[in-house]
This record gives sequence, C-alpha cells and structure tokens, in this order.
Amino acid sequence: MSTTSTEPTQAQLSDRARDERRLGWKLAGPAFVIMVLVTFYPILQAVWTSLFNYRLTNPGGREFVFLRNYQIILTDPLWWQAFGATTLITVVTVVVELVLGFFIALAMEKVIRGRGPLRTIVLIPYSIITVVSAFSWFYAFATDTGFIDPLLNKLTFGMFPADFDWFGGFWSAMVPICVSEIWKTTPFMSLLLLAGLTQIDGAMEEAAIVDGATWGERLRRVILPNMKSQIMVALLFRTLDAFRIFDNIFIMTGGSNGTSSLSLVAYNQTISRTEVGLGSAVSVLLFCCVVIIAVVFVKGFRVDLARGRK
Amino acid sequence: MKFKFARRSLVGGAALALLAPILVGCGTNTSDTTLTWFINPDGGGSSPTGGGQAQLAAECSAASGGKYTIKIEQLPNEASDQRQQLIRRLAANDSGVDIMSLDPVVVPEFGEAGYLVPVPEKYASNFTEDRVQGSLDASKWKGDLLAAPFWANTQLLWYRKSVAEQAGLDMTQPVTFEQVMKAAQSTNKTIAVQAKRYEGYTVFVNALVAGAGGAIVENEGAAAEDTQLGLDTEAGKQAAETIQKLATSGAVGPAMSSMNETAALNMFSDDSTSGFMLNWPYVYAAMGSTEVPFLNDVAWTTYPRVDADKESAPPFGGIELGVNKASTKQDKAWDAIACITTAEHQKAYMLGTGNPASRKAVFDDPEIQEAFPMADAIRDSLNMAVQRPRTAYYGDLSTAIQRTWSPPDQVNPETTPAESTELIMKVLRGEALL
Repeated sequence: MSTTSTEPTQAQLSDRARDERRLGWKLAGPAFVIMVLVTFYPILQAVWTSLFNYRLTNPGGREFVFLRNYQIILTDPLWWQAFGATTLITVVTVVVELVLGFFIALAMEKVIRGRGPLRTIVLIPYSIITVVSAFSWFYAFATDTGFIDPLLNKLTFGMFPADFDWFGGFWSAMVPICVSEIWKTTPFMSLLLLAGLTQIDGAMEEAAIVDGATWGERLRRVILPNMKSQIMVALLFRTLDAFRIFDNIFIMTGGSNGTSSLSLVAYNQTISRTEVGLGSAVSVLLFCCVVIIAVVFVKGFRVDLARGRK
Repeated sequence: MKFKFARRSLVGGAALALLAPILVGCGTNTSDTTLTWFINPDGGGSSPTGGGQAQLAAECSAASGGKYTIKIEQLPNEASDQRQQLIRRLAANDSGVDIMSLDPVVVPEFGEAGYLVPVPEKYASNFTEDRVQGSLDASKWKGDLLAAPFWANTQLLWYRKSVAEQAGLDMTQPVTFEQVMKAAQSTNKTIAVQAKRYEGYTVFVNALVAGAGGAIVENEGAAAEDTQLGLDTEAGKQAAETIQKLATSGAVGPAMSSMNETAALNMFSDDSTSGFMLNWPYVYAAMGSTEVPFLNDVAWTTYPRVDADKESAPPFGGIELGVNKASTKQDKAWDAIACITTAEHQKAYMLGTGNPASRKAVFDDPEIQEAFPMADAIRDSLNMAVQRPRTAYYGDLSTAIQRTWSPPDQVNPETTPAESTELIMKVLRGEALL
C-alpha cells in the first residue's frame, strides 16, 4: 500500500499515518495474538506441568513437587547419556554438513546452464519426510534387507563382514543415524550458504583475481569473511535443528544401546509412560538447552538474524 | 464504507479459516448405530472375509438386523504402540472409540484410570461361563469384571521326539528346565527361548519367577509407592539362576540376547540343531507353511517347571474386549461383544487366525481337534497359565525388568533381583527416567 500523496499538509499526514498504524495493528493483531497463544501457551503449560508429579492415567494422584522433577532428571545417568549422544550427533552432523553444504553451494553458484534443475535436484532429500528417509536408511543398513553390508563386503574384498549388525552397538549405530541426518539436511545448509555466496560483490573477487590471488586465498580472504554472518546463521539453524533429533533414532534403534537423544527421553516419559510431569520437565530442559545454544550463537558469535549480511 | 466492509469481510474470512479445521473435526461424528471397534491386527486384516476380527464384525453387524454396524479401526502392530494410541484417545474422552481389543496387561492400567466400563450385570454370566481360568483372571481388576474374554494364548514346550528319546527324557511326565537343558547339552541340540530386550523377555522372566513359586508383584492393586515386589526373594533368585544357567550352558546359542519369537522359531526350524523351544501355538501352523521337513517329529507338552516340586507357570496372552467409558453407545457395544464372543465365533476365529478360544468347549470341537492336534495341551496350559504382574504401572515395570535383566549372560542371581527391585521402585515412585 502506498503512503505518498501529492499535496499533504502536516496534520493530514499524521492523521493518515495514525490511521494506517491502527489499521496495521488491526490487521496484524489477530495473527499476533494467535501466535502468542499457540507458542507461549504450550510452553507455559509445560513449565507449569513440570512442577507436578502427574501421571495421565492417575489424575487423582497429581501432586505439586516444585523442582523435584528437575532434580531427578539432572541426577539420572540416563539424562546425561542422552545429552552426550545428542551433543555428539549435533557436532558431527553440523560440521560435516557445513563442509559438504559449502562445496555444494559453490558448485550451485558456478553452474550457469541448468541452474534451476540442479537446485531442485539438490533439494530433493530435504523435501523427503524425515520418517521416510529414516526408514530408507534403516532398511539400507539392516542386516537382512540392506545393501550397505554386501556393498562394503564387496568393496573391501571380504574384509568387512557381510552381516554386520549396525544397530547392535553405540558407535556403529551412530553411523546410520548421522548419515541419514546429514543426507537429509545438507541441502538446507547449502541453500542458506548459497544465499550468502550470491550476496558477495563480484567486483571484490575480480579485483582479487587481478591481484593474482589463488583460489585458496580468494576463499580465505574474500569469500569466507564476506559471508561470515550467513555461515553463522546456517550453523545456528542447523545446530538448533540437530539438537532436537528424534525421528531417525526412534525408527532405527528406539534408543537402545545408549543411542537415546534428549527428545526421545522426553517422548518416552510423556507418551510411553504417561508421566506428564516428568516428561514436561525433560522438555523444558531441552528447551533451555536450545535457548542456550541460540544465545551463545547470537551473543557470542554476534550473529545478526535481522540483517543477515555484513 | 466500502473500505470498512472489506475490512470486516477480511476479519470474517480469517476467523472462518481458523475455525474451519475445528468445524471439520466435529463433523466426523458417526451415526447412532455405528460402533467403532479398535482391533489389534490379526491374520484376517481388515477384510470382511479374512477370518479375523473384521469378519466377526461384519457377521455380527449383519446378525444384529440393523441395530448396529461395527466399523473396524486397526491399531498398530506392536502391543506397546496399541496401548499408546488407546491411552491418547481414552485420556481425551474420545467418544469415537466404542469397543477395544485389549492386551491383558492394559486391563489394570485402563481400569485404574477409569477408562473402562464394568460389564453390566446382564452380560456377566454370559462372559464368564465356560472360560479358561487365565482369561477370567485377565478380565478382572479389583474384583470388577471390566472386559469380556475373547481369545486366550499360552506358551507350550515344543520338542523333537527323537531328541528327547536320544537324551532319555520322559516327556509324558512334567519336565524341568534343568532336565531340558541337560538333554539339549547331551545331544548337542538347542533350546529356543525369548531373551531379547523386549516385552517377550518380561514374559519369560515372569514365568520363571512364578514357576519358582513367587510373584513379581505381591500385592496386586496397591498404589505405586506401596507396591511390594517379589523379585528379591528365593523365587527371584531361582529365576535368575535359571537364566544364568541357560545363558552359560551354550544350549541356547550365542544369539540368546537377540531372540524374539520369530528368531526362536527359526532356530527350532533348523534341522541340525533343533531340540526344544518355548513358544506360542502359532508356530505349529508356521512350521507347516514353511514346510519344515521334520514336522512329524515335533511334539508339545506343558511349559517346563523351574522347581521339580512346583507346578509350572506357563505365560498367558490373548485379547479381552472392553468398552470405552466415553462411548455414547455402551449398550449396543456390549450387545456386539456378546455376539463376537459366542462359542461359534470363537471357533471360527480360532480356525481363521490360529488364535485359541477362551471358551473351553471350543477345544472339544472335532474340527478344532483336527486342525489343532495340540488343542488339549493348550487348554490345560491356559488353565494353569499365570498372568504377568497385574498393576496399573505394568509398562514401567516391564521396561525396568528388561533393562536390569539384559543381557541374559550378565544376569547374576546374587545381584540382579536386588538391582531390578531398586530400579523398579524408583521408577514407580517417579524418581527415575526410563
């Protein structure tokens, strides 16, 4: 909507501006209220519920225990085991995705012909539902239906066992879990990085070429410094996402052999055990972890989400 | 004015868009005569002629003369997932659930939560007459009949006649785990059991504790924190000893910690090593369909004893039919259940899916005797069968047992029963994660 008018007096303009501001609130207000309701209400409800010893199938036994649920969780080895596994998955997947995603982004930027189809193809894994991709990788790594074991067995001339049970131990189970996560979300990473790459002024790179800079020097001195904030935004989004990993682990191991993630622990308490109080406390703690990650990124690394460019 | 009108219609449109899903959600109410039956998947699938629950639903709908029509909804495959889905609906007072196929272990939990309607007086005698003891026990909670026994399941000891003969084991008399283990060792054959970290392992541990004369939960119906556990007892120790011996005897093979029902059946189907197996009756038909070459050599008897002087305690399973408290068609639902559980329908269901009836008379039927040569053994076993711990916190208890008793080769009679007691109590008091 245009706000200019041909011959406005001061008073008319401010009237009009006030009207428009009011209209703006009226238009955006309902959406704003609904957003607050749908995001803040469940969060506050979870915080409130987490202060109770409350089992869904025993509503009469509901009892206010204040912070005891938090004490139970933070002294339970299962929580720390899940915390360790979640952190490991987050670090491994985000680092690998950053490197892979960056090269894919570079390739996507350089390709001129067929740019549209290329970007679409790269995005396909990201458009697949996580549960579906988890199942595909689960079947690929399974000892009976999988192709990974026979393939590795062939490639290593029989050194790799043809019936290796990937999901039988912690470290081996981490491989399919991380691989499926990396495969699925690298496209998202590369797309965010591509946005950063395209914003770099081509003249700077040309100047560097004229000055005789090598590809490595251009990468280190021109490209990376100029897209630092996009890299940080991409890292932030992916870290927050990866820390909440659930589907792959739920499908592949169900959390056995210490592969539980924090989301899975929350699910088990809330949905399987119907211990809503304890489960809410786990969810709140998970939420706190996510907030801490976001704060560390935004304050610590000075990620500017609003501008997104340097 | 025009502008105002546009604004108003905008707001109206937005409100409508927001309300639409809610309105649609309310629109799925079914008519007064449609009953929704949530079934566990069985051999008949959702086909009205498949011989399963779907066929019984179709037949009873037709027989009711328009009084009701039963619609089938299939629950997930795993018992734990079935429980989760039902709990979510029941806790939300979903009136779209009328009849439910319930695993015996959820009857106490749902009963305690007030999700189930007690069986009305006029159906009580119909639902309890001529039933095997196991399914009567499973349908009650705190003295109330909360469900109608539908079908009943139990494990038998399956064995190779030639192996027992070679080992000199007299199978006409009750045998003990000790004897079976020795027989397997002396003939270099295997005993197939279920000891993977899953529900089937709890079934096994429970049968051993009960067979030693104990009970995992000693005070049925107590509140969570007052639960008396019978694991850290002589019986619990004896159960742990049996598992330890099985795991270290070499008679179960190296894969004991990954064996479920299917793995056990595969092990028993291997001609070169098969000796003994603890499993549900479906294995007989399964071995027939995979054309196991030694089917004539396969025989069955009652579950082994843990203690030579005490009766064995075969596991119990099956399905009971319950009615949702939030259902608005409870009378019709009980009427439908009465139709589903007639002797005739239980027989048809047993023939169609291989799931044994809860009515004793069905086992004497000549057709059943012909199709199930082990029918008498099943009925006897069902009358001796022991329930899994009957508590509203069964799921937690089972998970805690699986966690502390796994893997089987690390079970120590001196420490495992005490450790599992400690974890279970912590979990029941809500002081530990699972």
